[in-house]
Amino acid sequence: MIKPRAETITRWLVSGPPFAFLLIFFALPSLIMVVASFRYPGEFGGLAPLAAGKPDEEAGLTVENYRIFFGDWIYFQILAKSFGVALLTTLVCLLMAYPLALLIARSPRRHRDLMVLLVVLPFASNFLVRVYAWMIILGDQSIFLRPFNYVLAKFGGEPLSLLFSGFAVIVGMVYVHLPFMILPLYTNLEKHDPVLLDAAQDLGANAWNRFWRVTFPLSLPGVFSGAALVFIPVLGMFAIPEILGGKDDWMVGNMIKEAFLGTRDWPFGSMLSIMLTLAVLAVAGLAAWLAKKGTARA
Amino acid sequence: MALLDIRNVTRRFGALAAVDKVSIAIEAGEFFTLLGPSGCGKTTLLRMIAGFDLPDAGEILLDGRDMAGIPPERRPIHTVFQSYALFPHMTVSQNIAFPLKMAGKTPDEVRGKVREALELVHLEEKGAHLPHELSGGQKQRVALARSLVNRPRVLLLDEPLGALDAKLREEMQIELISLQRDVGVTFVFVTHAQTEALALSHRIAVMNAGRVEQLDEPSKIYGLPANRFVADFIGNCNMLDADVVEASPNGLRLNVKGLGEMTAPPREGARSGDRGVLALRPEQVRIVAPDSHQDLKNHFTGRVHDFLYGGDVTTYIVELPNGTRIEALLPNSAPGRATFFEVGDAVRVAWRHDAGNFLRD
Repeated sequence: MIKPRAETITRWLVSGPPFAFLLIFFALPSLIMVVASFRYPGEFGGLAPLAAGKPDEEAGLTVENYRIFFGDWIYFQILAKSFGVALLTTLVCLLMAYPLALLIARSPRRHRDLMVLLVVLPFASNFLVRVYAWMIILGDQSIFLRPFNYVLAKFGGEPLSLLFSGFAVIVGMVYVHLPFMILPLYTNLEKHDPVLLDAAQDLGANAWNRFWRVTFPLSLPGVFSGAALVFIPVLGMFAIPEILGGKDDWMVGNMIKEAFLGTRDWPFGSMLSIMLTLAVLAVAGLAAWLAKKGTARA
Repeated sequence: MALLDIRNVTRRFGALAAVDKVSIAIEAGEFFTLLGPSGCGKTTLLRMIAGFDLPDAGEILLDGRDMAGIPPERRPIHTVFQSYALFPHMTVSQNIAFPLKMAGKTPDEVRGKVREALELVHLEEKGAHLPHELSGGQKQRVALARSLVNRPRVLLLDEPLGALDAKLREEMQIELISLQRDVGVTFVFVTHAQTEALALSHRIAVMNAGRVEQLDEPSKIYGLPANRFVADFIGNCNMLDADVVEASPNGLRLNVKGLGEMTAPPREGARSGDRGVLALRPEQVRIVAPDSHQDLKNHFTGRVHDFLYGGDVTTYIVELPNGTRIEALLPNSAPGRATFFEVGDAVRVAWRHDAGNFLRD
């Protein structure tokens, strides 16, 4: 079929600007970063010139950054740890978000909008303010922790300290990202046809089987999009580990930030960014492959 | 003892009694239909039998056992939902296997019974398909197979043919009858389509405003409607206002408003002086040219007001001089039939002395 000319023009007019935007502000910078990761750092930050001005000056292209990365376990460990934190955050978010999303989806229609509003309400205040609030909640002077430590001391226990720990990082990560899990889950669960649950019950399924064999499998697309919306931002997050974590709780995001703003080694930071991107792509590819295998078998 | 005994069941929603003191006894192996307009309480009654809703008063007994307090998943009663309610993430086979797995059958048993069920509904080739790959009629058959696979005591069908087109609906009606005969499961069928009810059922309960208006075999429901509502709801009916002049075991003498005295078949309980209507089916009314010989006792001249050509039959609406309109059905296969009557033609309508039913107000 030959498309009418006007339709083709309209299509380009509509999709052109966002396409151009992504090309200029996403594809091009990514490419610049790939190139930068193969270059030498400039003397005071930035990049060294491609052609050497003096004979002993470092210039041109090098694989030195990648040699450093693969030459020391520490980078791999931090990357792996970041994946661990992201995975744990995603799981905790899923376990907390699912019952809530189900509750909202099964509430009377007139209450749902209000409940969704409450879920997104934290976004009305600044991200950093909310994370700092957790410093107060988890801090040693916290009104939650002090009575607990007081009782603990009565029994001769060491006082518990929560702030600047992996635990505090996970708490902060879960708190910040929970709405990103609730919303896609709710959107999915809300669309389920209630008659399917009636049918399952009619055919002999108890409450557990109705959930596990009908509701949950049908909600998997929501679970996957929620998981992606939590997992990927957590992986690159640096603010929360920096504010709530200790020095041992550094994630790959902190290393990248440090490379650019601390040591001012742009090529090294670029290399870390690229390794992170490749790792995410590898995980996403694996997940897609597993999902495809799963549906092919079912 | 009846298999399913519904005793004095009432269900109220606020001030409205959706089901009002209904008593029905359904026998094992029966194809029983609850027929009525939307809002008559038939679906509410069905949900109470399935266990999704509970009666405010009265009881529902299955095999003599009170079903109160037994949740839907533990009742040996399955439902075919109007929208089929197939699980979209499961294949046809997995859908059919669902009730078997819930009943804790072994994988071998499940496989065997799923295969049998697929054969029963002629879908042997479709086991690995997902519901969205099936046509409406195929989905319907999967829903039936799934509900019948572990042989419930009662199968409830909630307007299962409503979503199908006319041609397919007729095919499925025939399949339903033979399926019910083959598996011997008691069917309780809910519909608002009277032709469907008449074609499928052993017995029909006609419901209106939460009550059972009449409970009988299809031919009795159609031929001997108990009251004005049933006569009007099932098929078409001419309703002529009439008083009983004389009642005897041999027949009634009626004074029909505007038409004068005429005879009608006897009616139990009718007494002289009763007011009501003479209910006359259009196919009982003969329509002929005004000058043709007429041996029937009840006959009147009028003009064709309008007609509906239906292919096999034509329905004429004849207006009598006093303004009464009477519908008459003329089979287009009648011998010697060459001319149609046109609008405005003078015609004569007639019916046998024992045609129609007197229905007291």
